[in-house]
Amino acid sequence: MLPEHKHQILAAEVKKRSGLVLGPEKGYLIESRLAPVARAEGMASVEALVDAMRMDQRLAKVVTEALCTHETFFFRDRTPFDMFQNVIIPAMGPARTSNLRIWSAACSSGQEPYSLAILANEMGRVRPDILATDISPNVLEKAKAGLYSQFEVQRGMAIQRLVKHFDQMGDSWKIKPMLRQMVRFEVLNLLDDFRHLGKFDVVFCRNVLIYFDVEDKRRVLERIANQLQPDGFLILGAAETVVGLTNAFRPVPGQRGLYAKPEGLAKIAAA
Amino acid sequence: MKTCLVVDDSRVIRKVARKIVEDMGFACEEAADGQQALDYCRKNMPEAILLDWNMPVMNGLDFLIALREEEGGRKPIVVFCTTENDMSNITQALRAGADEYVMKPFDGDIIESKFAEVGLV
Repeated sequence: MLPEHKHQILAAEVKKRSGLVLGPEKGYLIESRLAPVARAEGMASVEALVDAMRMDQRLAKVVTEALCTHETFFFRDRTPFDMFQNVIIPAMGPARTSNLRIWSAACSSGQEPYSLAILANEMGRVRPDILATDISPNVLEKAKAGLYSQFEVQRGMAIQRLVKHFDQMGDSWKIKPMLRQMVRFEVLNLLDDFRHLGKFDVVFCRNVLIYFDVEDKRRVLERIANQLQPDGFLILGAAETVVGLTNAFRPVPGQRGLYAKPEGLAKIAAA
Repeated sequence: MKTCLVVDDSRVIRKVARKIVEDMGFACEEAADGQQALDYCRKNMPEAILLDWNMPVMNGLDFLIALREEEGGRKPIVVFCTTENDMSNITQALRAGADEYVMKPFDGDIIESKFAEVGLV
């Protein structure tokens, strides 16, 4: 494990670059994520890697990305997708849903935005324009390819869905072109300015803010609020909340993980 | 307690599957081929069946076709669990009355996810 002062150097660099907070209890994570990187870079140890990273921007980026968690799977947690179908779409109305702007922030290898594309396709009258962003260019390349392993397509997806929306390519499965085209991918660090993205009707930002400290969390949430239509919706991960952080969003009563702007809450009541 | 019948000619697979389904709260029964499975079902229809395809005596597809013809045979939820991962196998299985399809290799997460899809958990 890294000596404490080097852990702090690493933590400061990574936090600066990505917002990710590496507390002292993350020694195991650091070791398991960075040992392969150290080997690939020809370094003798993780400590040597951290030393070298201080002088090398490219290395600092590689290290940061390796520490960011990329775990995701199709229809993860199920509930947000049920909410999309049963609460959000009805609240939006047909005129809106024929051209719905959705942002899947921290999309990792793409299962979340593709799940939304699948759902929209199944619902029929929903035509989304999905923007999916992530800090990691490598992981985004995988997302763009839309090619998934047999393992990846079996978790979270009924077989009927797999057969309907994917083409089999050997042992891998590729999302069908029509669904692939519903999603645009872009590299984005949530700590950077994202005003150029425009305004969205729905933002999914699940299980990424948990890695940020309170100040960064608050700032990102408030900036997301600026990118959301007045009656738009925000969906966070099951363990997350805006309560105590910002008044830009209010929880939607009875819908765990669903948030709306104060002026938007009335719309759901009316739907 | 619901019963899951694990049908596979590999004892190793049956052992792994048993651990997974017992952890999910099912009582587990085993059969080494389709005929044994059919004999068991004729005595006691299980709530769930994890079904291999390639087995001696009677394979999984033939068992499924026979099962659905049995009295009460539409009741069990049948999840194929097989190395056959071709689209044509999948469609054949679904047409014969399978509820879900797991391609080997699998892990506990996949089985649990598929069982959730069909309302077993």
